[in-house]
Amino acid sequence: MNVDVTAVEQAYREHWARLLALLTAELRDLDLAEEALQDAFAAAVAAWPPEPGNPPAWLLTTARRRALDRLRRGALAVRKLPLLIVDDPDPPPAIPDERLRLIFTCCHPALSLDARVALTLRCVGGLTTREIARMFLVPEATMAARITRAKKKIAQAGIPYRVPAGPELAERRSGVLATVYLIFTEGYAATGGGRLIRADLASEAIALGRMLRELLPADPEVDGLLALMLCHHARRDARLGPSGELVRLPDQDRSRWHREEILEALSLLAAAPCRGGRTPGRTGPEGASGGERFPGPYLLQAAIAAEHATAVRAEDTGWPAIARLYGELEQITGSTVVRLNRAVAVAEASGPEAGLELLEGLDRELGHHHLLHATRAEFLRRLGREREALDAYGRALEVVGTDPERAFLLSRRADLSPPGHRVT
Amino acid sequence: MKYALLLYGDEKTWTSATEEQLEEASAAHGRFTEMLTARGAYLGGEELDCSSTAVTLRKGAVGTLRTDGPYAETVEHLGGFYLVEARDLDEAIEFATACPEEIVEIRPVVEYQG
Repeated sequence: MNVDVTAVEQAYREHWARLLALLTAELRDLDLAEEALQDAFAAAVAAWPPEPGNPPAWLLTTARRRALDRLRRGALAVRKLPLLIVDDPDPPPAIPDERLRLIFTCCHPALSLDARVALTLRCVGGLTTREIARMFLVPEATMAARITRAKKKIAQAGIPYRVPAGPELAERRSGVLATVYLIFTEGYAATGGGRLIRADLASEAIALGRMLRELLPADPEVDGLLALMLCHHARRDARLGPSGELVRLPDQDRSRWHREEILEALSLLAAAPCRGGRTPGRTGPEGASGGERFPGPYLLQAAIAAEHATAVRAEDTGWPAIARLYGELEQITGSTVVRLNRAVAVAEASGPEAGLELLEGLDRELGHHHLLHATRAEFLRRLGREREALDAYGRALEVVGTDPERAFLLSRRADLSPPGHRVT
Repeated sequence: MKYALLLYGDEKTWTSATEEQLEEASAAHGRFTEMLTARGAYLGGEELDCSSTAVTLRKGAVGTLRTDGPYAETVEHLGGFYLVEARDLDEAIEFATACPEEIVEIRPVVEYQG
């Protein structure tokens, strides 16, 4: 690959989202903006070198011209889609940063979660449809259709190209954070297939998190989300064994954790307002961000992840603090998954009996999730109730999704079964 | 943009409603219509009679099949609609949120130009 292609690639990496956001505001058509910008980058591959003095300005001018060409060519055809609703379509003189509008439009609650994820990766992350399809293990045509449908819906349903204001902002911002975190978790704990971690997807989510932080600098939950993702991602190399098997947190080689990423997360948490240390909740005043309960769910989760990430050895983990943080998180979210995690922390802090108690009543909502049964199996095993533990492992194996997790459960169960009495 | 707000609900709650409840619901819709009108958004709206009064025609190669009752047999039936003018989907969602019905489907109306 020659140097000049790299210059275009670098420009793509740096400027794609900003240019697409601006072009969309000018043209009031996301589809046209995307095609024109793609044309401009293709033209750059042919025309550079010499690299222009101001690459983004060059790309913008080229894309505008290409858009006009496309519009002229299609001038006789009836417009298929209505124009986007844009408050101020007049182009300002410099290249302004319109990326927030693009992000809020891609993450609009009227779009399905799948569509939000795909659109955000395509438009904001600048990934190609093929790359996104590969990440989600679907055929490229399927992903292309999903993105096209989403863009059509934005235009046809009148989803505005706007950053929401007032009380709506907090709610919609949560939707944006949820979309980014969903991209991350899909990369971190893949829900299907042979691979357990798709680091590329997690890295994209972190890049989006950094972009959000640049665009929403005063928002502690944005800091919290980035810190949370960094803490988890820092453990990626230690999370899988030599043959791709799952290594549990206490068994991980902590020297393989990415220190610099953990340190970055800690500094984000330390800078978050109304807290002294890395564990929020003790003295946090209310209403630090727009009347919202504080600390919010991402800061709390980040604080939990940071407790794990800063324990020198597994046995040094601050389980009582983690159990308390999960308690706060459960209060805010009312989530059964949080309750499950809290049970694990409480079992570590106060013994398996207390953990087992917290699992009661979760089967109706989490019965399909292998982690509930696997967790119960571990508690029962520690209490010496082996027969019940075997049953619980069996239920976990019935519903487990990925191969490495299945292998892990099988080995835990085999440990427990006396030789000659193995259940298969 | 023009949007239709399609109101769905379980008809049993209507047929079993007391006189007082019906008056209350009617007043709520009156207030909702006033709000839409004040914002220049009200284009129209009607309450539909219950689905048992419906007749559905299916036109096929063999002729027209006429059945009593609504097109879809579901628990929730279309019970009325509003036609509103909104700046964008967000405003339409705001109207739908203010609408005093449990289920409101927001559908953009296709507008042909020229």
